[in-house]
Amino acid sequence: MAAMTYREALNLALREEMRRDPRVFVIGEEVGLYEGAYKVTQGLLKEFGGQRVVDTPIAESGFTGVGIGAAMVGLRPVIEMMTFNFALLALDQIVNSAAKMYYMSGGQFNVPIVIRGPGGPAAQLAAQHSQSMETYFYHVPGLKVVRPTTPMDAKGLLKSAIRDDNPVIFIEAETLYSVKGEVPDDPEFLIPLGKALVRREGTDVTVIAYMGMMYRAMEAAEELEKEGISVELVDPRTLRPMDTETIIGSVRKTHRAVVVEAGAGFAGMGSEIVAFVTEQAFDDLDAPVERVTGANAPMPYARNLEKLKTPSKDKILAAVRRVCNANGS
Amino acid sequence: MAKTLTRGGASPGLGVDAAVAKQLLTDMLLIRRFEEKAAEAYTLGKIGGFLHLYIGEEAVAVGTTSVLRPDDYAISAYREHGHCLAKGSDPKRVMAELYGRRDGLSKGKGGSMHLFDRSTNFLGGHAIVGAHLPIAAGVGFAIKYQGGDQVIVCYFGDGAVPEGEFHESMNLAALWKLPVIFLCENNRYAMGTSVERALAQPEIWRFGQTYGVPSERVDGMDVLAVREAVARAVTRARQHKTPALLEADTYRYRGHSMRDPAGAVYRTKEEVEREKLRDPIVLFRDKLLAAGLLAEADVRTIEKDVSDRVDEAVAFADASPEPPGEWLFTDIYKEA
Repeated sequence: MAAMTYREALNLALREEMRRDPRVFVIGEEVGLYEGAYKVTQGLLKEFGGQRVVDTPIAESGFTGVGIGAAMVGLRPVIEMMTFNFALLALDQIVNSAAKMYYMSGGQFNVPIVIRGPGGPAAQLAAQHSQSMETYFYHVPGLKVVRPTTPMDAKGLLKSAIRDDNPVIFIEAETLYSVKGEVPDDPEFLIPLGKALVRREGTDVTVIAYMGMMYRAMEAAEELEKEGISVELVDPRTLRPMDTETIIGSVRKTHRAVVVEAGAGFAGMGSEIVAFVTEQAFDDLDAPVERVTGANAPMPYARNLEKLKTPSKDKILAAVRRVCNANGS
Repeated sequence: MAKTLTRGGASPGLGVDAAVAKQLLTDMLLIRRFEEKAAEAYTLGKIGGFLHLYIGEEAVAVGTTSVLRPDDYAISAYREHGHCLAKGSDPKRVMAELYGRRDGLSKGKGGSMHLFDRSTNFLGGHAIVGAHLPIAAGVGFAIKYQGGDQVIVCYFGDGAVPEGEFHESMNLAALWKLPVIFLCENNRYAMGTSVERALAQPEIWRFGQTYGVPSERVDGMDVLAVREAVARAVTRARQHKTPALLEADTYRYRGHSMRDPAGAVYRTKEEVEREKLRDPIVLFRDKLLAAGLLAEADVRTIEKDVSDRVDEAVAFADASPEPPGEWLFTDIYKEA
């Protein structure tokens, strides 16, 4: 174990996988000479050279397609999106080419790529650079979607994503790159995709959250503890495939659930979680499942408005109190 | 044209021997007859969805493939039956795919627009216009990365040229020196939109100059001309990782798809009839007969052989069962 930042954990995962497997290469805007817009790829060009750390011009659809083509014939590209906002320019490649190739070809051509980069609410970056992007991807059969909350997850999940034989959308966060945590040194440390994690055990209510919202929910849980409400925190870590079993298991134990997500609520991650919790554990629920979501508005620039757009700790506290005060059986 | 050639004695100057010539004619005829049968099957309701026929354009796929090695790659858009067959796929499995049957190349899950064949390095069948061009560049990237000397031929229509991905791919292939042969089949219409209505620069090969990519226009109705132009591009790509842009001047006799059977709204009957006068198969056959490389009897044998193979393909497709229901959920994710 070593204490390192989320950014360093990602960097270590890339390094280890590139050392392990010569088919792995990194491609994207400013990943080499500039060492990454957010320095995730720092030092990689020096260690692995220009053939494996490939700077591209600004052509998201083009270089994503390059990654897909290379993956079809045996390589394992890690494509960096400088930010996931730019991935929309490559959405056709991701949805229509990467996700469906294996299926359309009747199992002849799989596409082992990782598309990674930061996404989600950032700090005063306004509407085009600060938004939750996972909804665009987790709807698509054939894609896996990962959102790693901690440095340990960042390392373990990225390594699993690189070793996975399918296209994996791996969305980090600007706001988490400097967060520090314990990370195993073991180059074989992997966290399997599709496994949720109970980050905090509790008995009264299950709060499901990931990324920045998990940190906010943790603060809320500490506060609620003082009020005598015991919160269990579940982090899905992988949104597709979703570990419904762990979430349902927790809800069966606590009988109450709140989903927190940074993105807008309409047809969001929370909607899906509420749906399967209701379908599979209705009889176990003592209260309706609540959602705390980002406002249904684009991200504003002004600091005060930005704050209103994103779910606050107070909103989480209020939602948890509501479900805990509901009359259960 | 054939009449001007001297019969016998003098060297025909075709640059191919009888065996190659016969193969080229056979391959073109196979595609023609295959497509005619597919059209028939479509009208009978045996084939559903969209069906884009390659009739009229056979010389491009056949001339191109004739100078490729089996380990070279090809990738195409949705009018790809011809490219797939030329690359060596079994017509039976191609037809079964069109029929949506379990013995199809893609187990019936892809259909007419998504033919793939790993055994021939045929990388699909892509139906979003322009999207497979960056993928072709990626295959070129991988060839270089892996230290290979293969090439990839990327077929696309004139309709892909106004797409951003055409330009992104040309730029990346030129910038990184990738062994990609971009082969534009200019059949003059993107669905119903003529090249003149779509491109500020209708001479497509000229876009290659912009990116410093060797480029040329070739008569896409002349299988030998295609063969020679592609051979030059393949040599450069194999030896120096130089990409190429070739514009094959060709024509589709049928409409955009079976849902546009005549293609009559945006072009005249006279134009279609005039284009048929330069039919790639008729011209090449006559040329071979004139040159004495083939006799009438040989032609009849080839015709018979091709028709038998297409009939077999149809029978095979008809007999192949539908994919089982549980296949709905297979091949979505590859398990480790």
